Amino acid sequence: MPEHETAAEQTTPASDVGRFLHRRREQIAQRWADEPLFRTVFTVSRDEAVEAGRVLVDALAQVAETGRVADTDAAGFTAVREQLTGMVASRARFGLTSGQVSTEVDGLRPPAVTLLAADLPEATPEHLRECTTLLTVLMGTLRLVVLETSLSEGQALIDRQQLELMEATTPVIRLWDGIVAVPLIGTLDSARSQVVMETLLESVVDQQARFAILDITGVPMVDSLVAQHLMKTVAAVRLMGAECVVSGIRPAIAQTIVHLGLDLGTVVTRSSLADALAYALKRLGADIVIAAPGGAGPR
Amino acid sequence: MNHDLSLSSAHVPVLRLGDVLLITLQGDLHDGTAEQLQRDIAEQIVRSPVTGVVIDISGVEIVDSFLGRVLAEIAASSRLLAAQTVVAGMRPAVAITLVELGLSLPGLRTALSTEAALGMLATASPGGPRREPR
Repeated sequence: MPEHETAAEQTTPASDVGRFLHRRREQIAQRWADEPLFRTVFTVSRDEAVEAGRVLVDALAQVAETGRVADTDAAGFTAVREQLTGMVASRARFGLTSGQVSTEVDGLRPPAVTLLAADLPEATPEHLRECTTLLTVLMGTLRLVVLETSLSEGQALIDRQQLELMEATTPVIRLWDGIVAVPLIGTLDSARSQVVMETLLESVVDQQARFAILDITGVPMVDSLVAQHLMKTVAAVRLMGAECVVSGIRPAIAQTIVHLGLDLGTVVTRSSLADALAYALKRLGADIVIAAPGGAGPR
Repeated sequence: MNHDLSLSSAHVPVLRLGDVLLITLQGDLHDGTAEQLQRDIAEQIVRSPVTGVVIDISGVEIVDSFLGRVLAEIAASSRLLAAQTVVAGMRPAVAITLVELGLSLPGLRTALSTEAALGMLATASPGGPRREPR
């Protein structure tokens, strides 16, 4: 029986686990450094892995001492979250799923539990069991924190890619002196149409374009919202002093627009980009003349 | 509104180039100035053989429904006096704001720059009613 300890301070399982983590910090960190999670992340130097392990043990000890072992928002976890993010991201780059990373985190538990049993040889079986349970819960919470981190990492990645995709899919092309075109591909939502509008208007100013062609060949469907976005873009282009032509309206979309009863009356529409370009060129006063009449053409 | 007296009392100059009036708006337009401007333009059109009005708003960075209404009113009153109004050099941000405000100013003619606006007025039939309604 650890009488000397009982006399000095109270021994709840939580405080026992906290003290154990402090006492055996070095040993746990050394063992963890050999576990797959640390070994694969810190490939260059083992010392780094041990150092990372120490930080993690400190954080866990802090959480254990506050008694909030099941709380993922405990102060201790906040401190190591950044480090965990780095480790999770590194594992994710190897192609591991969140579940696999979580299993690797679970691999940290057995060494710690083994050390705990060795650390409290004089404890009653009941007390030891309580401590072990507590440590297990603590490690489970750590696992949850890691999972949370990796999920939020994934979400951040998706957000970033969405933004990049949005920018990549709205190129403004200069077709002719004073004629720019945007081929729209994919679904038009309000965020996207905002980007389209901004980039198109900027290029109208840059190129001093008198005509802007919105080609919607790649837009899978047009509903009243999309139509409204198109109308807004057309109106903004007109306010700038240029003219907007909507092209690439497929038969099915034309029918949908009619069935929805949408009024595109003020918008100049053409069935294909070529038609729209021809219209714009004609309005600019440029004529397309096929060279070498009567001669053997290239086609 | 009253943060800068010198600015709010400043006149917007109305320049006459041949048969075209040229107005350049800079920064904020205050109630009093706008009213004065509308009066000036109408008087100038009546006094001299003006067939076109060009309003350059490339210096305007912030727009509200008030400015939109002023532009529409200038255009409407000029049309009554047989002069065409062209708004030139609107910035992208201003255009987006106006559209989001629901002010697409349908009766207003627009041009990319003052030069383009003058060219537009020169090609339009002199003195006639507005051509090519878009």
